[in-house]
Amino acid sequence: MTPPSLDIDTILRDESTRILVCCGSGGVGKTTTAAAMALRAAEMGRHVVVLTIDPARRLAQSMGLTELDNTPRPVPGVSGEGSLDAMMLDMKRTFDELVEAHSDPERARQVLDNPFYQSLSSSFAGTQEYMAMEKLGQLRARADEEGTWDLIIVDTPPSRSALDFLDAPNRLGSFLDGRFIKILSAPAKGAGRGIGKVFGAGFSIVFGSLNKVLGTQLLSDVSSFVQALDSIFGGFRKRAEATYALLQEPGTYFAVVAAPEADALREASYFVERLSEENMPLSGLLLNRVTIAPADSLSVAEATDAAARLDEQEIHPETAAVLAMHAETLRAEGRQRGLAEHFCESHPAVAVAVIPALAADVHDLDGLRDIGALLADQPDHESFWDPATA
Amino acid sequence: MVSGKGGTGKTTVATALAVALAEGGRRVLLLEVEGRQGIAQLFGLESIPYEQTHVAVAPHGGDVYALSVDPEAAMLEYLRMFYNIKRGGTALKKVGAIDFATTIAPGLRDVLVTGKAGESVRRRNRSGDLEWDAVVMDAPPTGRITRFLNVNDEVKDLARMGPIKNQAESVMRVIKSPETAIHLVSILEEMPVQETLDGIAELEVQGLPIGAVFVNMLQEETLPEQFITDGTGLGAEQVSAGLEAAGLAATPGLVASLQQEASDHRSRVLLQRAERERLDAAPVPLIDLPYLPSGVDLRGIAHLARTIREQAPRGRR
Repeated sequence: MTPPSLDIDTILRDESTRILVCCGSGGVGKTTTAAAMALRAAEMGRHVVVLTIDPARRLAQSMGLTELDNTPRPVPGVSGEGSLDAMMLDMKRTFDELVEAHSDPERARQVLDNPFYQSLSSSFAGTQEYMAMEKLGQLRARADEEGTWDLIIVDTPPSRSALDFLDAPNRLGSFLDGRFIKILSAPAKGAGRGIGKVFGAGFSIVFGSLNKVLGTQLLSDVSSFVQALDSIFGGFRKRAEATYALLQEPGTYFAVVAAPEADALREASYFVERLSEENMPLSGLLLNRVTIAPADSLSVAEATDAAARLDEQEIHPETAAVLAMHAETLRAEGRQRGLAEHFCESHPAVAVAVIPALAADVHDLDGLRDIGALLADQPDHESFWDPATA
Repeated sequence: MVSGKGGTGKTTVATALAVALAEGGRRVLLLEVEGRQGIAQLFGLESIPYEQTHVAVAPHGGDVYALSVDPEAAMLEYLRMFYNIKRGGTALKKVGAIDFATTIAPGLRDVLVTGKAGESVRRRNRSGDLEWDAVVMDAPPTGRITRFLNVNDEVKDLARMGPIKNQAESVMRVIKSPETAIHLVSILEEMPVQETLDGIAELEVQGLPIGAVFVNMLQEETLPEQFITDGTGLGAEQVSAGLEAAGLAATPGLVASLQQEASDHRSRVLLQRAERERLDAAPVPLIDLPYLPSGVDLRGIAHLARTIREQAPRGRR
């Protein structure tokens, strides 16, 4: 089956497209794809900012990103009327700035100096997702105020699961709303042993358990930290909610990136289903690094047999090797097609674009342009879906 | 511990390593820690629970069991085992404390997961022997591995005293002991190799025991060396003559296609070699694993396990 073809140029050119979020599991080429789309949109005349998370060193350099400074900087070498700014996310700095923006200097200092905060802001599984979301909100606000950018493209953190990007901020929010935070801050408020009277018997058990496991000193450390943070949490939550709402606005699109492997496609499937539950618009699946056999081709059997005939006679070893390689390419293509079709059968409405695997790494603007062109030119890759056309 | 950048085949290698270690009648536990159920997929299972599940038999009578560490279950188990907290566990869950500990609290999730691994390594059966001959963990990716393994050090410093500190110290002793090896999986592309080199440097600084680098998905080099080095030796006439000798019609289109494929292959081989050189300079043994053209299945895993055994340093199986 051939899925609906994803026409990326229409989406990138359309001025009502304001935000494009690239999701997918780790190692599928999200960052490179996000950068390639950003460059393509900019060279179509749009004013683009791309937020990257941990790009490869040489790719970052080619975009003029030499340090992790949390500031969008113009990418040199973009042609045409448009513009492209790029930035790398500095998770810790974004978190620090958020604390500073939501509390008075003294309280901010208290939080920033707390060892628990320092650990939370640099290692909490989910902090990166939360901060990427926060940064997206900031970029959008700046775009609206200053008219700097008309398109924001966001790369997402290399999470365990693509869903983490959507879930992490909410997770923090639900914790803040919960009762647990009240218990944690109780000792600092001086409730101490009388906690059962204040919160009821259930809390007494909880508190007893916590004391047993954590020890009095650790519990009081945690407690004073939570209390300090408590007063600025409200602000966090509102912002997280606002950014989440931004993702549901018209003008926001998601592109799910996957490699043609079972694992990555399974993650993509989860994500596609989740987006539809949340009424978040999906532009389509970008199937990256696909093996596509050349247009003039043989069948697996023809290539294998021919190679065997040459090997038997011990003649033309080079051609035999190329034929064997060709058979392998065809087999890999067939396997990847099977996996892709499996995805498409489960999600028949999802538009798909395939991006052929390149023989070399991408580390300059020309490389990004090539990827953008391969992504846009879907009719060229028709043979992947329908090998009979080859 | 098996770590590696996303997309390098970390789970596949961890599984193959478990099978390799089990060969000859040994019992090996394979731990999954990120809830992705990647190991289950390899064995065609729906999911693997928080309970040892027999997944594979190794040559000459070894057994591989797998277990997926669920932080919440690990937390409740931990409270039961070490503090005899039963009712408290339910109450803690009710107010969101478990949720907090397993998803939000900095590093606690990692403490629980490494704690479970430490407990498995030390566990003894009824006759007093070690329950497992080896424990293999499909660990978090290279970008997070040092933090993940050092979490107990961090917790130790935060806690300063008390039960958590003792627990963290004992896990850290297991991790830093000579019985632990942290292996990194890489493929020969720029970013994974860079991450591997950065990972090695980080682990070294922290005094964590580095094992080997598994160079995964190696493309076989089948074309003549002369073609790889200077790009000559595969002219159109040569390919045409070969095709005709094999009884195929050497249309210009087909010849050009095959030449293009050969030239792409050459680029990949050159890239592979350059990246290989960067890894060679690192102070760790390399173990080569071939690309599996038919995808990763049980046969592929058995093949990788054999390949690992053939290359394992003597005395360390």
